[in-house]
Amino acid sequence: MSYPSGHPQQYNPQQPAPQQYNPQQAAPQQYNPQQAAPQQYNPQPAPQQYSQQQPAPQQYEPQQPAPQQQHGRSSRMSDSNLRLVWVYPDLLSTYGDRGNALVVERRARQRGLGVQRIDVRSDQAVPTSGDIYLIGGGEDRPQRLAAERLRNDSGLVRAAENGAIIFAVCAGYQILGREFINDLGEREAGLGLLDVWTTRGEGARCVGDVLAEVDPRLGLPQLTGFENHQGVTHLGQGVSPFANVQVGRGNGTGDGTEGAWRDTVFGTYLHGPVMARNPAVADMLIKLALDVNALPPADTTWYDALRAERIAATRQPA
Amino acid sequence: MPGTDSEATAAREASLPTRAKLAVTAGRVAAALSQKAGRGSGSVIGGKVALKLDPDLLATLAEHLDVVLVSATNGKTTTTRLIAEALRAAGPVVSNALGANMPAGITAALAGGSDAKFGVIEVDEKYLAGVARDTRPKAIALLNLSRDQLDRAAETRMMAEKWREGLKDTDAVIIANADDPLVTWAASSCRKVVWVAAGQAWKEDAWSCPSCGGVMQRPGDDWFCQDCGFRRPQPHWALQGTHVIDPQRGAWPIQLQLPGRANLANATSSAAVAAVFGVAPQVALQRMQSVTAVAGRYDVVSYQGRDVRLLLAKNPAGWLETFSLIDGPPAPVILSVNAMDADGTDTSWLWDVDYERLSGHPIFVMGQRKLDLAVRLEVAGLQFQVVDSLDQAVQMAPPGRIEAIANYTAFQQLRKAVAN
Ligand SMILES: [Zn+2]
Repeated sequence: MSYPSGHPQQYNPQQPAPQQYNPQQAAPQQYNPQQAAPQQYNPQPAPQQYSQQQPAPQQYEPQQPAPQQQHGRSSRMSDSNLRLVWVYPDLLSTYGDRGNALVVERRARQRGLGVQRIDVRSDQAVPTSGDIYLIGGGEDRPQRLAAERLRNDSGLVRAAENGAIIFAVCAGYQILGREFINDLGEREAGLGLLDVWTTRGEGARCVGDVLAEVDPRLGLPQLTGFENHQGVTHLGQGVSPFANVQVGRGNGTGDGTEGAWRDTVFGTYLHGPVMARNPAVADMLIKLALDVNALPPADTTWYDALRAERIAATRQPA
Repeated sequence: MPGTDSEATAAREASLPTRAKLAVTAGRVAAALSQKAGRGSGSVIGGKVALKLDPDLLATLAEHLDVVLVSATNGKTTTTRLIAEALRAAGPVVSNALGANMPAGITAALAGGSDAKFGVIEVDEKYLAGVARDTRPKAIALLNLSRDQLDRAAETRMMAEKWREGLKDTDAVIIANADDPLVTWAASSCRKVVWVAAGQAWKEDAWSCPSCGGVMQRPGDDWFCQDCGFRRPQPHWALQGTHVIDPQRGAWPIQLQLPGRANLANATSSAAVAAVFGVAPQVALQRMQSVTAVAGRYDVVSYQGRDVRLLLAKNPAGWLETFSLIDGPPAPVILSVNAMDADGTDTSWLWDVDYERLSGHPIFVMGQRKLDLAVRLEVAGLQFQVVDSLDQAVQMAPPGRIEAIANYTAFQQLRKAVAN
């Protein structure tokens, strides 16, 4: 081993080292820090603190089969394990998107559900048997790579055909559409799971807090989040706007729409992460997965406090 | 010798071209006025005025110096300080030690003048290529790159690309962290590179090959791309436990007053930089021992009869390194998070931080965005208390030294609070 050529000056290596390094122990190139790296994409499951409360009518009870008529499809949960698939965290997890997976998992466990979280890296196959699929946001090149790999893999499309629940944010939302503009400035095909297409906005990037009213058919409270995107997403006949903005830009089309949805496929521009600011969205996905109208209550004290603060701050920017 | 510095400065300024001289003087007047108006040290304003009068001033000031540039997402202020201490073994050093790391602040620091031989300069990542062009450095240390300030839309990989493009023709010796694929990508187009195995705990920004986009394989501490063959270079220097391994395989103990693995890594990179200037690792490391708190970071202060250690963590990689250095449970921990412009206004990054690792600590949560933090900790299944002030947190904290971890402006506020 030597210095690379072109070193302007070198200290004199003739000087004896006070301690001779023993190559038997470990050579520098086999450097092994004591500190183990944190587990990748596999955080410890949150402890189950929820004690099952008195079930209200129409609530999910883990021991019994869930009622089934809701969406004209059978509940996909064979046992009481919710299969939560997080798609491509190696490419699409730039904006704290892990939070959506953590909140859905937490809210499900608080209802006594077992959760199997499956984090799928972009060199792995997307399983077709998941109950809920989450896709996050990412930068322009990772977005193109993710779209390429998801088109080739087809697992997500097949899962969607089976009626899986899919919730995507920002770059992930654009990928669910028909097409978007990639990092090379070219039109890139999406998965066509939502009838939307995305162009590149000519104006300033949409950055800031958002306040929106969700499509009343979804029965969700006011939506709060943070948007950060250049894309403008246009909605076709096959989808409805997920929400309409009161503050912020949403789809960026100027008509006030934010996100899009049809059946069990949802897209939004909201980060925050959106589930942390809107736990009712996480609950909605769990209800869809169980095919129930209601869930046992789970504490929302801190979410409520955060929501109140963000909603007030967004209405009246400092 | 208080007189020597200003005499040397005067002599040096006399040798500057007229335009540069005027610029330095104008900058000093502006700085003094700004200081009088109560706006901090005024050095950045002074630098701005001076650069406006003479855009070449930075280059002129750097001309007589052996310059080292230090850039990274995390650790650049501390490493700048460590390198400055090490190089003082070989001659006087001028440095922007207080972290004013954009061209105006750098200009002000260099114009602040001394009869320095070395200029050790911390540079904001975004300005590195330009400052490298102007100051013609002998060495550039690249420590790490990771996500920071999400609302800035500055892609981490794009930053690596910008470095790569901006540094490819430099004559400087690049001292680069071989354990960071993005830094490696940035440095690998340079002619002279000293690779340092400095480690990097945070890996979430480099799963995608910076060269071809392939999925990075990361067995143990190695990394490589199966698709294009881009891989971890053989390091010349390494951090091994608490020792620096030099290219001759000499092992030198690191004895720092600064805590944590990240600072051992910073010391390793600093030793590699010092060697470029002929300062031997044992000399460099010995000198680094004198560095205690850097701009208040790691400072243990006494506040209301309690010991409080102030720790700065600006982004997920920084939080991860900080968690690895704090006292174990039941040491009380105060977390403070703001979302002002200087912090980034999007707090989503809280969800990239493994707060689960604070399990067992009594936790107190404060700052502008304490409610975001509260939801994050609730979802992590942790017990915590939300408080309104440092006072309240300290009063409620059980015995033991308190670890106070804060992001950028929250940290400045903590420093202010304990100073009163
Ligand atoms: Zn590659």
